[in-house]
Amino acid sequence: MATSTDASILASLIRNRISFATSVPCKQLAGVIELVDDSAEILHVPCNKEDEGMGLCAGAFMGGMRPCIIMQNTALGVVVNSLATLIQFYHMPLPMLISYRGEVGEKVACQVEMALHTKAILSQLHIPTYHFTRGTDVGDLDGILGHCFMSKKPVAVLADAMFWEAAS
Amino acid sequence: MIRYDVLKEIIPLLRDRLVVCNIGSPSQELFELHDQPSNFYMLGTMGLCSSIGLGLALAQDRDVIAIDGDGSVLTNLATLSTIANNPAPNFTLLIIDNGSYGSTGDQPTYTGARTSLAGVAKACGCDNVVEVSAQDTAAELKRALESDQMTILVSKCESGNRPVPVISMDPVVIVDRFMKQTGAGPGN
Repeated sequence: MATSTDASILASLIRNRISFATSVPCKQLAGVIELVDDSAEILHVPCNKEDEGMGLCAGAFMGGMRPCIIMQNTALGVVVNSLATLIQFYHMPLPMLISYRGEVGEKVACQVEMALHTKAILSQLHIPTYHFTRGTDVGDLDGILGHCFMSKKPVAVLADAMFWEAAS
Repeated sequence: MIRYDVLKEIIPLLRDRLVVCNIGSPSQELFELHDQPSNFYMLGTMGLCSSIGLGLALAQDRDVIAIDGDGSVLTNLATLSTIANNPAPNFTLLIIDNGSYGSTGDQPTYTGARTSLAGVAKACGCDNVVEVSAQDTAAELKRALESDQMTILVSKCESGNRPVPVISMDPVVIVDRFMKQTGAGPGN
């Protein structure tokens, strides 16, 4: 069930004219994905894997829409090539709303393994990265989205367990 | 007929349409045969041609033809389920199936053995799936474009590539001129 934070995220996406979204589910992102799916302003096309999703976003961008991808941090292990050779090589903007699994508050030990690599991968790719850990951090999203489309770069928002807990 | 021959025959149908072309030899051959601003050449990222094409077709109204390959579709096989469940009537996916990884030296793919991409597409829920010979590809593509229905066209041709140079055009130039064709403004 969607929370007021989920609603704030959706409102920020709409304020920043995001009109296309793709997603792979995560428990923490379920509320946002539900709202995006119900939104009349955003065309939501769920994908099976996040690199496929990046292809969809690239096409939607070139067709005149503002895309975003909603995914889990484990997906960074899947999308490095797509980020480097498609999104970055062609100078495309792509906000990535990422659930930061494996941080403090995580209940599944295996998730910690990719959490250890998450910021290192993003740093290696020179992707602007913003870590949401307090509920109030959602207020930064407008600026981050604007920055993403101004600079035509992929941008990562990592929302950790404490952020989602504060939201519930 | 090899891929180059198929591309040569379909050029009149590509004119002034939005074309997303697969990485490697397919893009290089198309670039030599008929470069146009409405061609988007993939210079990397194997597997995502059909995904880019679908996203583009869903985002605007002009016809989109994604020219993909069997090896590339096998890399991103789940794309066929996404396409089936999010149909865009202005989208045609042309899979040039030569049963080989052409750009890396014609190593065989499984479509040259037991795997049918047309069968996979149908099982994924795509409504209009047509498998054709290389010789009949242009006629079937014309029919697909006139049908106003999303179509998956699997063109069975021989393995082989035309020796053509790599594309040296800057990726930002490719995107910029392509987006002028789609009507997407620089501020989108």
